[in-house]
Amino acid sequence: MRWVNIRPNRRSSILLGAAPLLLVLVCYLFASAARHAANPSDKVLPTPAAMVSAMHSLLVDTDPLSGHLIFWADTMASLERLGLALGICTLSALLVGMVLGVLPAARATLGGLVTTIAVIPPIALLPVLFIVFGLGETAKVALIVVGITPFMIRDLADHVASLPQEQLIKAQTLGASSWQLALRVALPQALPRLIAGLRLSLGPAWVYLISAEAIASDIGLGYRIFLVRRYLSMDIIIPYVAWISLLAILMDMALAQLSRRGFAWAHQAAR
Amino acid sequence: MSDLLTFDNVWLEYGEKIVLERVDLTITERSFVSIVGPSGAGKSSFLRLVLGQEVPTRGRILLDDQPLTPECGPDRGVVFQRYSVFPHLTALRNVMFSRECAKAPFTARLFGAARRAAAEEAEAMLVEVGLGDALHLYPAQLSGGMQQRLAIAQALMARPRVLLLDEPFGALDPGIRQDMHRLILRLWQEHQLTVLMVTHDISEAFGLGTRVLTFDKRRIDPHAPHRFGATAVYDLLLSRKTLPSVPDPQQKVLRLTESVITNTEDSQ
Repeated sequence: MRWVNIRPNRRSSILLGAAPLLLVLVCYLFASAARHAANPSDKVLPTPAAMVSAMHSLLVDTDPLSGHLIFWADTMASLERLGLALGICTLSALLVGMVLGVLPAARATLGGLVTTIAVIPPIALLPVLFIVFGLGETAKVALIVVGITPFMIRDLADHVASLPQEQLIKAQTLGASSWQLALRVALPQALPRLIAGLRLSLGPAWVYLISAEAIASDIGLGYRIFLVRRYLSMDIIIPYVAWISLLAILMDMALAQLSRRGFAWAHQAAR
Repeated sequence: MSDLLTFDNVWLEYGEKIVLERVDLTITERSFVSIVGPSGAGKSSFLRLVLGQEVPTRGRILLDDQPLTPECGPDRGVVFQRYSVFPHLTALRNVMFSRECAKAPFTARLFGAARRAAAEEAEAMLVEVGLGDALHLYPAQLSGGMQQRLAIAQALMARPRVLLLDEPFGALDPGIRQDMHRLILRLWQEHQLTVLMVTHDISEAFGLGTRVLTFDKRRIDPHAPHRFGATAVYDLLLSRKTLPSVPDPQQKVLRLTESVITNTEDSQ
């Protein structure tokens, strides 16, 4: 049998997918054990036991200074910033993207502005945001918003503008006004794309969140890993990074599920 | 039978390029006009003029003796070769769309009794085009022929004055196409429609139409081919008394020889 025709079934796909992950884990354990054999106080590749004991105090012990359970307080603070920013991004992308996509005149007027904003590197704007909004929560949320909204707007506007012309003509011959056309023809077909755009933006959103937290913050997942870096605390950094990755995967899966549940028609053609 | 559409010396130009020139036609109500011609001879431009997607650069188009609004409206129904149903709506909702637009200007959705009435009407229309079993399927779950049936049902719900078909059966298998021919002729009779159909298939044009228009360029300047536009060079009225059950190649030849052939070139 040719190699190109070997298609794993569902069960073996899962096994095959898990194998490299397990391999990485085993490699780490061996490397860690080897380093600790040479130097029992090694900090670069901590053993799982060291990670558990380091994380234990952050997970269950109240921090005497702030009165928080540090790990959970960090998680909540980061998720709050991220959620707020993603909410603002999604709503504004939907609104502006729809207007740009549906109305050629709006596209002619504002398309250039959106493109110009989109090419500005967001991190370069971070000082401006800190100056304008201060060092509080607003600047961090604003960085994420500035970072991903232009991309989402352009993606959505392009998608809406490239709906087949035949559909728009057909809707008009069925008596649809501009508003009805936007509401009943463009909007429902834009929503699955909006979710897809949001999924693609999750990666950059985490980058901007952690950057903002690293530079000026007193709580948050990004703040914590940059703080403990000073003490070479890989036993905290590694679990935190794993936790961030897990959160990102869960958010991505939730959005994918939402798209499949809510917009089954959009996934039928691909099947 | 009165005149439904009148073309009065219509020209369509894009800058230097002349697409259509001197189109003078009247289309009577209840006629089934087939439009044939080589590629690039302005068939689709002609249909776009009727749709209101293009505005004539010279001349006028009248619908029911009123100048045609240069924007598509519910007085003109259309079925394209592809993409003329909404992929995000079920067959039933697709057909209900025109009712919902007409009766709910702001939400474009109907509720309660109005919704049930629209759904019943849409269901009857779907049964009529043979999609009674597919009410709740999405277009992606329908075959090409079923999608075109849906597009026709959707267009008929708006009760258009004129139904425009742009190569509606071009992408279908020959067997399916015959079924569709039977369907469109039946609907044409039952709903007393006026149909304008652009097609590449000559036998389809003669099999279905009561009148065949051939679009082509009258003259060609070899040094500047874009300077002469196309127009209806042949205008054949087919004297069909009865509705043919199935377009059959044998009958077609007979009908053609019986038909009155008018060359518009002579009449001018």
